[in-house]
Amino acid sequence: MMDKTVNQKAWFLVLPVFLIVAFSAVLPLMTVVNYSVQDTFGNNQFFWNGVGWFKELLDPSSDLGGRFYASLARNLAFSAIILAIEVPLGILVALSMPRDGWRVAACLVILALPLLIPWNVVGTIWQIFGRPDIGLLGYTLNHMGIDYNYVSNEFDAWATVIVMDVWHWTSLVALLCYAGLKSIPDAYYQAAQIDGASRWAVFRAIQLPKLNRVLLIGVLLRFMDSFMIYTEPFVVTGGGPGNSTTFVSIELVKIALGQFDLGKAAALSLVYNIIVLIVCWIFYTVMTNVGVDHTKREGAV
Amino acid sequence: MARIDLVDLAQSYSGNDADPESFALKPISMTWRQGGAYALLGPSGCGKTTLLNLISGIVTPTRGQILFDGKDITPLSTQKRNIAQVFQFPVIYDTMTVGENLAFPLKNRGVPKAQIDARVAEISELLDLTPYLGRKATRLTPDAKQKISLGRGLVRSDVAAVLFDEPLTVIDPALKWELRSKLKALHRALDLTMIYVTHDQTEALTFADTVVVMHDGRVVQSGTPQELFDKPAHTFVGYFIGSPGMNIVPAEVSGREARIGGHVIALQRSYDRMSADATIEIGIRPEFVHVATPAPGLLQAQVERVDDLGRISFARVRIGGVKFAARVPQGFSIVGSEVGLVFDPGRVHVYADSRLVEGTA
Repeated sequence: MMDKTVNQKAWFLVLPVFLIVAFSAVLPLMTVVNYSVQDTFGNNQFFWNGVGWFKELLDPSSDLGGRFYASLARNLAFSAIILAIEVPLGILVALSMPRDGWRVAACLVILALPLLIPWNVVGTIWQIFGRPDIGLLGYTLNHMGIDYNYVSNEFDAWATVIVMDVWHWTSLVALLCYAGLKSIPDAYYQAAQIDGASRWAVFRAIQLPKLNRVLLIGVLLRFMDSFMIYTEPFVVTGGGPGNSTTFVSIELVKIALGQFDLGKAAALSLVYNIIVLIVCWIFYTVMTNVGVDHTKREGAV
Repeated sequence: MARIDLVDLAQSYSGNDADPESFALKPISMTWRQGGAYALLGPSGCGKTTLLNLISGIVTPTRGQILFDGKDITPLSTQKRNIAQVFQFPVIYDTMTVGENLAFPLKNRGVPKAQIDARVAEISELLDLTPYLGRKATRLTPDAKQKISLGRGLVRSDVAAVLFDEPLTVIDPALKWELRSKLKALHRALDLTMIYVTHDQTEALTFADTVVVMHDGRVVQSGTPQELFDKPAHTFVGYFIGSPGMNIVPAEVSGREARIGGHVIALQRSYDRMSADATIEIGIRPEFVHVATPAPGLLQAQVERVDDLGRISFARVRIGGVKFAARVPQGFSIVGSEVGLVFDPGRVHVYADSRLVEGTA
């Protein structure tokens, strides 16, 4: 056997990537880390504060901690609600889509439309749509005797933000599920027919298990997106009424740009980031394990 | 359990008005008796899977009727037909255990729990699946999965027929043998009508008591393996069954003589009044003609190569432009490139336009 040649020059090949990542990700992140352990009173003068901001952030009795936990709770509730609506609805839409013919293309285009609209435009559409004075939805609802006003009523504000997100993103789940359904071979349906399976049994025994993986991806995407949501609720409700639709990202922008509390904002964004990373990691682990299950063979019968 | 009659059944994927020659299945009428083991044998695209799907109801026929015990079930859906079918690729329900997979067809039909358990136990015993009943059906080898598919096909005791659509395609050769004999044994044990579609003659001949050979959307012959071998009704059956297939050589036939390029071969039966414009050929299986040292009374042929199959060797020869195979007797060695051919007169068949002509004694 020949010995491997040792040649450290290969590191130079990695250098460009290293530099790009450093400038685009590591350095900005480190700036944030830097802010998170310091305090400033302006004039570019900084004082060491150690983990002070983190302590305050994670202490529910402080003003910062209270706001953080409240917005985090709102954000998790929001994500849970939209997932509970969008996933079943997306599956339902995918199941009722045509299998072939020109109607497939028509359905795909219609479904893709909301996905193509810029987020702040979606916000603006719904902001106007829901206005009681000139908005089609708001005007109609109020004329039907339903007192609907997303500016003053918390429930109405939540309902608007949720319906808007469902309108915007259910298509994504539906398209993913449709792709998943298309990949099921006909033989499965024929076999189920012969086995006398009802529509529900076909769904439970064939379609849902085969949708497993795309659904995981769909849930991951929708969770991350809704957990980091900023633009649409900000445009529609601006976080109000009161703080009722202030999600973590809105809170973060308020602290960083509204109050210019750089230290607090930096600590918050790091914690926010860590939560996102942990959730991603959990999903990634689950997904790769699902993949392993399909390829691993345990002995013959 | 039922007798299945096909009455003038035909299928065209491009509608009833299409050219009859383009039909995937040309009109056929036949009867499958209760408890029989049938094989539908033919090359890819000959319409055998279409015929199977017509019987199971996955495809609705363009024309004709299907009767189960004399009752017309053509308009009924697959569910109502009471048919079991096993597909080419294993279909298993991933989220269920092996046992639940086997119980699925019974559960869907509302069979009482005790009865389901008894039947699943019986079938899993026959297929050697008992130790795996509690295990998830995913993560098994393809042959184990196909065994589960087979089990689901066999688990219902009241089915009119069990249809197999090339079920052993994905199985390793060694396990193929095992599963094939298992199927044969299952047929004996369970008294179900079984129809087995395959393009593999060994599979068909070992499994079935009646082999139905299909070619180009038509049934060309249906009979026992022995009949197919001894008396192919169609030149297609002759060369499709047997390895190597039957030799088909153009010839002129009159009376008890066949002429190939001036050389006369004696026939056991007499063939008179052969149609003048039909293509006349004679067919003989390579097993019944052997090579010999060239001699004046023998048909001459040029040797191309010799295939040694172990127990038996076949010489691949040429008669003029026609390829021909003949047995090499044990101990005989071919010298030079020319051999003579010795025919067994009782085994020479005469075909007019590819169809067998019965001679008179």
